[in-house]
Amino acid sequence: MAVSRTKTPISEQPPEERIRNFSEVCLGYTLDEGQAEASRCLQCKDAPCVPGCPVAIDIPGFILAIKEDDMPKAVEIMSRHTNLPAVCGRVCPQETQCEGVCKLGKGKGFEPVAIGKLERLVADWNYSRESSRKTDIPEKKIGRVAVVGAGPAGLTVAGDLVKMGYDVMMYEALHAPGGVLMYGIPEFRLPKSIVAKEIQGITDLGVKFEANVVIGRTITMQEIMSEFDACFLGVGAGAPNFQGVPGTTLNGVYSASEYLTRINLMHAYEFPRHDTPAKKSRDVVVIGGGNVAMDAARSAKRLGADNVSIVYRRSLNELPARIEEYHHAVEEGIVFNWLTNPTEYVDNGEGKLKGVSCVRMELGEPDASGRRRPVVISGSDFFIEADTAIEAIGQGANKVLLSTFPELKLNKWGYIDADPNTGATSVSGVYAGGDIVTGAATVILAMGAGKAAAVAIDGYIRSKKQTPR
Amino acid sequence: MFKILSAGRIAPREYDLWLSAPRIAAHARPGQFVVLRTDEFGERIPLTIADFDRDRGAIRIIFQVVGKTTAAMASLKEGDTILDISGPLGTPSEIERLGTVMMVGGGVGIAALYPIIKGLKEAGNKVITILGGRTSDLVIMKEECAKYSDELIITTDDGSEGIKGLVTDAMKSVVGRGEAIDHCWAIGPSIMMKFCALTAQSLGLPIWVSMNPIMIDGTGMCGGCRLSVDGEIKFGCVDGPEFDGAKVNWNEFMNRMKQYKDEEKISMEKYEAEVGDLSWL
Repeated sequence: MAVSRTKTPISEQPPEERIRNFSEVCLGYTLDEGQAEASRCLQCKDAPCVPGCPVAIDIPGFILAIKEDDMPKAVEIMSRHTNLPAVCGRVCPQETQCEGVCKLGKGKGFEPVAIGKLERLVADWNYSRESSRKTDIPEKKIGRVAVVGAGPAGLTVAGDLVKMGYDVMMYEALHAPGGVLMYGIPEFRLPKSIVAKEIQGITDLGVKFEANVVIGRTITMQEIMSEFDACFLGVGAGAPNFQGVPGTTLNGVYSASEYLTRINLMHAYEFPRHDTPAKKSRDVVVIGGGNVAMDAARSAKRLGADNVSIVYRRSLNELPARIEEYHHAVEEGIVFNWLTNPTEYVDNGEGKLKGVSCVRMELGEPDASGRRRPVVISGSDFFIEADTAIEAIGQGANKVLLSTFPELKLNKWGYIDADPNTGATSVSGVYAGGDIVTGAATVILAMGAGKAAAVAIDGYIRSKKQTPR
Repeated sequence: MFKILSAGRIAPREYDLWLSAPRIAAHARPGQFVVLRTDEFGERIPLTIADFDRDRGAIRIIFQVVGKTTAAMASLKEGDTILDISGPLGTPSEIERLGTVMMVGGGVGIAALYPIIKGLKEAGNKVITILGGRTSDLVIMKEECAKYSDELIITTDDGSEGIKGLVTDAMKSVVGRGEAIDHCWAIGPSIMMKFCALTAQSLGLPIWVSMNPIMIDGTGMCGGCRLSVDGEIKFGCVDGPEFDGAKVNWNEFMNRMKQYKDEEKISMEKYEAEVGDLSWL
């Protein structure tokens, strides 16, 4: 049978329906669809998708198991490599990772195997089972490790270390674990019940967890270091940046972090059943071109805004958002203003936003990032009427922990200076990974850093205690 | 879960809770706050730590009923619990020996001022405290503040206690009688802090104020609490809560505090429909 050139179609909520709810957009493959898609895999001997994955999942292995209708085996293969498959299957940028190097996709007119959607199928199938398979956890503990921050990096470190035989204590500053998976990524892209199941899977392994603990404030780093053999800092890049144009403190202007935290973590879309509100908007302008900007714009639409537009200073070619998110946004009626930058948030005379003054840009010479630098076209000013503006222009390092732990060396951007291969920091026994090291990046890169740090922490504690492996 | 050790009403619509929170108590310093969430449907609200007892592992929260969450908290009793408390948050007050300090408190802001008064007294300062309110009943924590003050002046709008007038009148008269003040603090309603800051400026005195903006996480993550200080954007939760009162953009701050007025009303009406009459508050 000839291999289909295109990916097996997957069902989605139609745009006109989904813009009125927060339920998941993509409905996932059925087992039959999954098997059809799995049979497209060429089972390459030197599979490039495996090194293309930051946590090196045995992709041909689990895909073969799907094809052979052996889902328990697919689960077993996948859980060797990742603690968060249902999350990664949904939010990883597969197009630039595993699927980007897929040999099938290199053929003229061929799409790569839908690896992400198959990963999701395996994870969701596993969670739909009555009882999950038990992992053997060593009873005798090698040492005690504190994990600070229960986001993708921390969850990965915690899961891996507990499997290796460590007593792991994971702390989270907010009231719920998950980090960006809980407060940042919306329900319609990553259901919180899925996040809860993945985290449950990790705590079921024996990881201890405590919420509402702000390390540096509730417990000091000195206390952590005296109580544990090692610690991992995965506190994320949570401090929102503002462009700093006039009017940033007007009512109606938000950081995407605030807007999304209200909606995702605090359930503002269920106000007043949940106490935290979100303002009703009519005309919304989102500034930025990343996934966070797409999430904010699509959330605003779902909250009932009539007009939602995205203002991005470069063009579609440079858009950092995943192409799938861009397509979904377009389908949902989000308008894109390319090569545009805000210059002022304009006051309606009562301290509320009336609209956003913008200028048009053109692309000049490439900058340090290799992308062509946008330059203002003089005299191109125009005005977009808006009662809500949301800045999604990136986040920086959160200083709460760092300011109380001056021994820790930071890099010139204010992130933790950590060895990219091990996560080792300037302080012995303190490891770091994820956005607090790299700046805002992806879930899977944070998980990759977590996996590497878990191995390094194991080596560090064993050599300190001289415990042979 | 955080257990309530004692609960009481200390003034009309003002309540006093001691909560078991050993780690927060162990690390709390004057000027810091907590963010709490009463239950799984609750909002996260910031409240200043009014006192802490490290031996008992307890923190004290004094709050005024201003909306649904605080109204619900008013009916909590000893033995009840609060689901989430995170803290101590914010940059602590700079407690050092400054000389003579003038401490001005109004309304429920007195609760936030009290640990700073205590800290400054223990650091060896001469402490002159001015507490004000609309009427005598609303001037809380008089005895506690008196204990750590060299002088306590009370002002009321209606003259029911102390001097009839405003806290700013008392500030001027203290300086007018020749007292050399090295630093002031003012904590209370925004409008009071604004006028205390203006008065301090006219008297040539430096003044700290403690800002209580709308917050979600309280750890610098959402930026909802931003305010302009000397023309720069600052986050109330991590850069503050204390700022130089002369540099705060007060009108902008007060405008931001009104952002969710309509939604707060919806929440309150829904709550009243559920629990009935709230006139006992």
